[in-house]
Amino acid sequence: MRPWKFFLLALAVGAIVFALALAARSDYLFFAGFVVLQFIVLATAWNILGGYCGYVNFGSAAFFAIGVYTAVALHKIGANSGRYLSGTVAEFLQPLFPLSIAALVVLSGAVAGVIGFGMGYLTLRLRGVFFAIATLAMAVVLQTLVINWDFVGGSRGAYVIRPDSMTIGGFKLDYIQYLFAIMLVLAVVALSVSRLIERSRLGYGFATIRDDEMAAEAAGVPTLRLKLIATTISGAFMGMAGAPYPYYIGYVEPAGTFGLQYAVNSIAMPMIGGTTSWMGPLIGAVMLGSLQQIATVTISSAVNLLIVGVLLVVFVIIAPKGIVGLVQDWLRARARP
Amino acid sequence: MTAMDPGMESGPLLQVKGLSKRFGGFIALDGVDLDVQPGERLGLIGPNGSGKSTLVNCVCGTLHNETGTVHFAGHAMNGLPAHRRTHIGLARSFQLPRPFMSLSLADNVRVPLLYTVRRRSGLTRSGADLDQRCLELLAQVSLDAKAKRLPSDLTQVEMRKLELARAMAAEPKLLIADEAMAGLSHSEIEDIIALLLRLNQQGITIIMIEHIMRAVMSFSQRIAVLVSGRKIADGKPEDIVNNPEVVSAYLGQ
Repeated sequence: MRPWKFFLLALAVGAIVFALALAARSDYLFFAGFVVLQFIVLATAWNILGGYCGYVNFGSAAFFAIGVYTAVALHKIGANSGRYLSGTVAEFLQPLFPLSIAALVVLSGAVAGVIGFGMGYLTLRLRGVFFAIATLAMAVVLQTLVINWDFVGGSRGAYVIRPDSMTIGGFKLDYIQYLFAIMLVLAVVALSVSRLIERSRLGYGFATIRDDEMAAEAAGVPTLRLKLIATTISGAFMGMAGAPYPYYIGYVEPAGTFGLQYAVNSIAMPMIGGTTSWMGPLIGAVMLGSLQQIATVTISSAVNLLIVGVLLVVFVIIAPKGIVGLVQDWLRARARP
Repeated sequence: MTAMDPGMESGPLLQVKGLSKRFGGFIALDGVDLDVQPGERLGLIGPNGSGKSTLVNCVCGTLHNETGTVHFAGHAMNGLPAHRRTHIGLARSFQLPRPFMSLSLADNVRVPLLYTVRRRSGLTRSGADLDQRCLELLAQVSLDAKAKRLPSDLTQVEMRKLELARAMAAEPKLLIADEAMAGLSHSEIEDIIALLLRLNQQGITIIMIEHIMRAVMSFSQRIAVLVSGRKIADGKPEDIVNNPEVVSAYLGQ
């Protein structure tokens, strides 16, 4: 299937999901669905670097938080532009504020992408476990910076008051429905990009990096450049996933946004779904994300990470290639006489 | 960088001067000089640990030499990353096969087509063309029947053939075959030699690193001998086998 065809089809599926959610007339569905969609984006983003290239990033929460805090900072500047910007700049930018969520998503993606590129440049000469440790360290450094950054509330956190509703082209949507729709589009874009990469020249290059960098170089693959592309795209999508979050939750603070759940989930979901295909993170995120939402309302929210942990251990031992890998092996075995 | 057309120049295709490489206190290569003329078939021999593979790694950019220079096709190679050297026209097979384990055989040879050949010629082959070319390349090492299989399904011998096919896929000016024939049967060795000779007739310069003397003797126009990181002899095959220094190095006298 051609990439644009896939994109349109995915968009259509997204529209159906949205219509079904509207028909169910349940606000809770939108609240829970938003989180699942957010994890689809995070897992897909992680997989571009971790699954395709084989570089494990433990710092997903930091990239997510970069998106969150870029949105918070821009929200605050936009609300009081006269106070934080000098006269002419404020006047010039005034008509742009308040920025729409879509604009915040793009800007947060840009900031996180730049930081992803920088992180890649500093750390990509490290291999294997050392790269993973470096990403973890970067997350700690960024969290410390945010804790001490008073403008976005420091460790006290920051409140973002969202409007009640939103009118798009005559349609009046609850704000949560609007956020859900944005995250849905973002998930469609992330999956389309991920699929496009997988089937392109870039995807072959990424796979050679995962398999054997020395042989990749010998075949003419510019490994460092490709890894930088991967960290940039991966970081950008994680940042984009974070941008709508302050409007969803209403109050953000560093311990929550840099929380373990983002780092662990964005690794566990692709691993459980399968890392070599765009479908893996989707399957993993839908499965684990829904399971966690159900556990939150039926058992307790504290049981979430336990579920993820147990499933991750089970899959790493029994099916290291994830659900997609299991299916592929089964098909391969069946195809061979 | 001087962008001379290698076809226009008269000097050697590969020129190694005073190349030295040490690993800690161990001197792997000690001032090695080596010239390879365009179209030549060179055999590179030496006992285990004599520095043959290190020399290849330094020439191809997998390792970086401390002193000395490498020139290839009019380009200074020092400091160039390995992939740039491949783009310019150096290709090598690895002594221990390093296939891309998660890619099918066809995709293994597709990578150099996508990243080196397409880049060089500027041509964008259509998907079907590329598939065809992958099969052709695999057919040259009689692996075309397994094009859709993964390298983990292959025997060691087949992996060596895949290694060679992937190096050939980059359409190099100089092909370095690092022990491509170890473990192969007599008839398979004949096949590989015939394949390398065919490539040589198409104008590809070839350096063969091999322990199988029968293969080296029948293939090479010239043989260079490395012992303990030094080049101790360089000449016609029949002179090399009668060289007392070479004989003593091999027999350990």
